[in-house]
Amino acid sequence: MIKDYLFEEKLPLFWCAGCGNGIVLQAILRNIDKRGFTRENIVITTGIGCWGKADDYVTTNSFHGTHGRALPFSTGIKLANPSLNVFTLMGDGDGITIGGNHLIHAARRNVDLVAIMVNNLNYGMTGGQYSGTTPKHAITKTSPYGHVENGFDVCKVVQAAGAPFVARGTVYDVVQLDRLISKAIDHKGFSFVEVISPCPTHFGRSNKLGDAPKMMQWIKDNTISREKAAGMTSDELQGKFVTGIFEEREQEDYSTAYQKVIDSLRGGENE
Amino acid sequence: MGEFRFMQGNEAMTEGAIAAGARFYAGYPITPSSEVAETSSIRLPQVGGLYVQMEDEIGSMAALIGASAAGKKAYTATSGPGLSLMAENLGVAVMGEIPCVLIDVQRSGPSTGLATKPAQGDVLQARWGTHGDHSIIVLSPSSVQDCFDLMVTAFNYSEQYRTPVIFLSDEIIGHLREQVILKGPEELEIFERPEPTGDPKDYRPYDHSNGLAPLSRFGSPYVFKVNGSMHDEWGRPCARPDNADRIIRHLSEKIEAHAEEIAITRRYHMDDAEIVLICYGGAARSALSAMKKAREKGIKAGVLQIVTLWPVPDKEIREALAQAKAVIVPELNLGQYIGEVEKRNEKNIPVIGVNRIDGQPIVPAQILAKIEEAAK
Amino acid sequence: MKTITINETWCKKCGICAAFCPKKVFDRDEDGKPLAVRPEDCIGCRLCEMRCPDFAVTVEG
Repeated sequence: MIKDYLFEEKLPLFWCAGCGNGIVLQAILRNIDKRGFTRENIVITTGIGCWGKADDYVTTNSFHGTHGRALPFSTGIKLANPSLNVFTLMGDGDGITIGGNHLIHAARRNVDLVAIMVNNLNYGMTGGQYSGTTPKHAITKTSPYGHVENGFDVCKVVQAAGAPFVARGTVYDVVQLDRLISKAIDHKGFSFVEVISPCPTHFGRSNKLGDAPKMMQWIKDNTISREKAAGMTSDELQGKFVTGIFEEREQEDYSTAYQKVIDSLRGGENE
Repeated sequence: MGEFRFMQGNEAMTEGAIAAGARFYAGYPITPSSEVAETSSIRLPQVGGLYVQMEDEIGSMAALIGASAAGKKAYTATSGPGLSLMAENLGVAVMGEIPCVLIDVQRSGPSTGLATKPAQGDVLQARWGTHGDHSIIVLSPSSVQDCFDLMVTAFNYSEQYRTPVIFLSDEIIGHLREQVILKGPEELEIFERPEPTGDPKDYRPYDHSNGLAPLSRFGSPYVFKVNGSMHDEWGRPCARPDNADRIIRHLSEKIEAHAEEIAITRRYHMDDAEIVLICYGGAARSALSAMKKAREKGIKAGVLQIVTLWPVPDKEIREALAQAKAVIVPELNLGQYIGEVEKRNEKNIPVIGVNRIDGQPIVPAQILAKIEEAAK
Repeated sequence: MKTITINETWCKKCGICAAFCPKKVFDRDEDGKPLAVRPEDCIGCRLCEMRCPDFAVTVEG
């Protein structure tokens, strides 16, 4: 039961009406349940921000650290006990803005964990300021005349940094999202899933995108599959969310590689 | 039986950490601490432990805390600029009550300062570097033997009081080479983290109503939450004013109430001392030398060496102030620990600083000159 | 026939379940609250349940 992992006493969720965070949380818990993981062998780490509140709602082990640092906390946890199933939940502020350096190094280091970045294109918790993924020209509380910077294509960054599994989904296409998270869990190594999600309260309101259903429709209308996007120009892809799996390859994870070092020094015998 | 070796302070810290049971290092190289990283990368895998070099000190501190929450005794080493970067996550260890040991081999600051030169400029940052009210344990070694022995103490305190411990060394001690005895397991007392007991469903990692709650480890039947935000006994977020008040008082009191047990000081010729040198770390070596020279000149000088800088060994400092005609505090800064002495100076005797901030060690002659002046 | 349950304490009336149901099973009342008024049309795809941001929709049967 998914509800075994959900701390029901804490509901209703703190997030705004129509916020996509709950959809992603549900998808994660559904997959955890399918795998038969236990509360004991899971650790969910979170950063700070709206999505950083996700650990409040789970009954598993959890670690709520500092803004942008969920990945290094997870790195320590997983390397100290490789038998744990570690899920790292980050927002776009956490994951690619303040924590961008950790993200690229985690991708390169290839510690076996699942990292799920919910991208709502702005800082929700602090009131709707621009983040590292806010698109050019978008209005936020700190880009009132239109954003002059470009947002990151996060999957490209993580892919270039060497992660062996990289995918993007949306909270609109929940069936695909389910499949991407499932594959990320099954993939040994650093598995990254970016989820495009609406923030009707801030990003939606500032950019006149309408209420939650209208924002979901907006995400749907601007989503293009990786296969379809392959034949499009970069101009045509402006403002689009390209979804699918961008990287899926076998690569030795950190713990496995380091254990070989230990074994070579100690003749395979552990202390 | 111990093993006689000739080694550097930084190397001895690695050996001390491993002897204490540490099996995880996360860090970022920085002068003058890098030998701790290098020797840890050699030694840890030999004993089944793990060395990981992170992308910066922020990540290092985070990985350290994560590893400790997953059950490994963990440490890192840095210097001033790195300590500044670690400060935020140091607070997570304080708030989450996660044991870990942070070595700071102090160098001259501010900023990049004199990167290869000694200083003791981080004494107050070690105490107050992370924001918010809290207490913390800070130990200061003055020999290579200290680097080994006190490192074991640092881990013991860390586990016993569920707190980060800062091992506040300096360039003088870090790069000092001298003989050290690497004690064997039979000669060391190691404090191991107690396992929680009872029904895992009732496990509350922050319920300290019956003494400090034992800390579980991720993967054990005792599921738990670590939370850098204000939390209740379960580790769940809780913003109630009475709860916040309780937690913050607890974070201070769990250490300050045990200050006497945590205090380590060393007394040299204190029985009849009229001029007392209160000192620590690298500067303590010069102070001892100056004391000997003063004694040769017939001046009743003594040394109170502070090993536990924080919490302050209140009783020992007060006793020294009660018996002395004057107290001299040599420090490689403009006067950081002297404030703690002055706070306790009820008789209003002369409390004199000997300070050096040019990247050079304080020489015994500087201290001796002040002793002679005070003895007049 | 499927049973569609809305947890009214958890539901925030965002309207997503109603807007994207492929069989238009839901109506919304004046407050925006979703009502499963045509459960006989439900094909059990559970998209409403999966897309609910508040764990408030359950489809059974």
